[in-house]
Amino acid sequence: MRAHSPQIAAARARRWGAFYYAEQVLRVMKGYGWSIIMYSVGHPVAYLFAMGVGLATLVDAQGTEAFGGVGYVTFVAPALLVSASVMTATNEFTFPVMDGFKWRRTYYGPHASPLTPQQIAAGHIMAVTLRLLLQSAVYFAAILLFGAAPGGWGWASILVATLAGLSFGLPLMAYSASITEDKGQFALVMRFIVMPLFLFSGTFFPLDSLPLAVRWVGWISPIWHGTELGRVFSYGYQQPPLLTVLHAVVLVALAVLGWFLTRRQFAARMGR
Amino acid sequence: MEVPFHLTAGSTSLRRVHNKATMSSGGATGAVQPANEPSTDAHPTVITAENLTKTYGDVAAVDGISFSVPAGESFGLLGPNGAGKSTTMKMIGGVTRRTSGALHIMGLDPDSHGPEVRAHLGVVPQQDNLDEELRVRDNLLVYGRYFGLPMSYLKPKADELLEFAQLTDKAKSKVDALSGGMKRRLTIARSLINEPRILLLDEPTTGLDPQARHILWDRLFRLKEQGVTLILTTHYMDEAEQLCDRLIVVDKGRIMAEGSPAQLIREHSTREVVELRFGSERNTTIASELQGIGERLEVLPDRVLIYAHDGESALEQVASRGLRPLTSLVRRSSLEDVFLRLTGRSLVD
Repeated sequence: MRAHSPQIAAARARRWGAFYYAEQVLRVMKGYGWSIIMYSVGHPVAYLFAMGVGLATLVDAQGTEAFGGVGYVTFVAPALLVSASVMTATNEFTFPVMDGFKWRRTYYGPHASPLTPQQIAAGHIMAVTLRLLLQSAVYFAAILLFGAAPGGWGWASILVATLAGLSFGLPLMAYSASITEDKGQFALVMRFIVMPLFLFSGTFFPLDSLPLAVRWVGWISPIWHGTELGRVFSYGYQQPPLLTVLHAVVLVALAVLGWFLTRRQFAARMGR
Repeated sequence: MEVPFHLTAGSTSLRRVHNKATMSSGGATGAVQPANEPSTDAHPTVITAENLTKTYGDVAAVDGISFSVPAGESFGLLGPNGAGKSTTMKMIGGVTRRTSGALHIMGLDPDSHGPEVRAHLGVVPQQDNLDEELRVRDNLLVYGRYFGLPMSYLKPKADELLEFAQLTDKAKSKVDALSGGMKRRLTIARSLINEPRILLLDEPTTGLDPQARHILWDRLFRLKEQGVTLILTTHYMDEAEQLCDRLIVVDKGRIMAEGSPAQLIREHSTREVVELRFGSERNTTIASELQGIGERLEVLPDRVLIYAHDGESALEQVASRGLRPLTSLVRRSSLEDVFLRLTGRSLVD
């Protein structure tokens, strides 16, 4: 049997198809690699500098009780890390998905190969997950440079940030895959979902300092759950262990639900 | 079915495995294998469809069609937009599930063996879906990876296919820098990365200028000469006449006729056609004065067609009745005329 016989191709695709598509997405990302690097390095440096050298100087002068006894930059760093991951996930699971199905129909090329729609979805997710991991690792390195992760488990916030990105990104990916006509939905998602979540998820101040009427924004927000979890690992933020578990469960549940919906949507749309 | 083949840009070094048809200016003539005829060992059947149906809600896009294709044949689906050609191609390509009927590609049911069926195929879709952010050569490499092919095979293969597609000097270009014809050729090259024995081409030359179409036809001829089974849809009758050994005329999801281009023309039209234009106001009214000339008359909004075995003689009869058309043309019958006869409509309606 030749190395490129259809039987071998089909068997390999059944086993490794998602990885093959992930390779394609990573190659495309390489095309805008500088932009990714600049974002990954520039974003944390800019934010941490602004918060750590600018705002933190004023905030810390008022005392640190409101922030659980840690400096402001330590308090805000896990939130920035998680937020950056969620924003990147938002970008990677919106426009490229629309590109795949509608604008340049790039999903339909591999769809004619032995790959299945579910593998195409999985490959896209795997590549983005890798990007989120690397970006979060770079971000965490910057946090270390600013001395904003005093706990010994700080590195785990890299995983938390990646999980938070997926818990928000995968349901969004399912939604992106359902859009057949571009009416500016993604701009609305950024302005009216991502930005409010970024601002009202206990990012810059503890959630309980908000009026009760708007705290629900944080409770439903993957950014809040990710941030709270990140703070536990980053500087030993004290909260009931059950709440820590709950944060993790919510993040995993949202990611799994999003993954399930995405698979279903990809299969339904490509199999029409 | 594992017939190795090698692509080379020069036609002299091409292997002729199954060259069944010879082309003439009036259309293709050559071996015709009627649908559903039991295949011979020399040309085993690679595709069989029986009562193939696909419905969307209450609409039957494909309405119970049956055909079979032997290996090495160039088989066409000719019909207007919305006839069900692309839906049929998607079912053959294993990307759309059928509603009912039976379909086998290389003996496999695409609904249950999608990856295995698709591993046998090369697909050129109606709309290009190249990775525009990747370079030309990388498009081939990445696509080959979907078939689990190693880079040691893919790199020389990509170079060979770029030469075949006359894109060697564009290997490092970005895809969006290519012309429409180049993109189509790259899409064809991409579809050949796994050395498929069956190539599906959905409207391969739609939107291309005449020169680009002829270059593409030449490349497809070469594949045909190497024994690749070509399945193509088109609404261009000249394309069908040039490329297809045999075709089915499809309209509203049903097969209207089947045969070689020459056979269809012979059975459903006359040898020649006289095209007369009297001006859009007069075409309809003057038809009654043309009665009795030729075998049959078709009145279209922009012209009147007289179907006759001897076009010149029919034209002389028109003149002898004192009728002076603005323009007149005697030509050979084409598949357009077959379609007109079968459906009462033009292909480009």
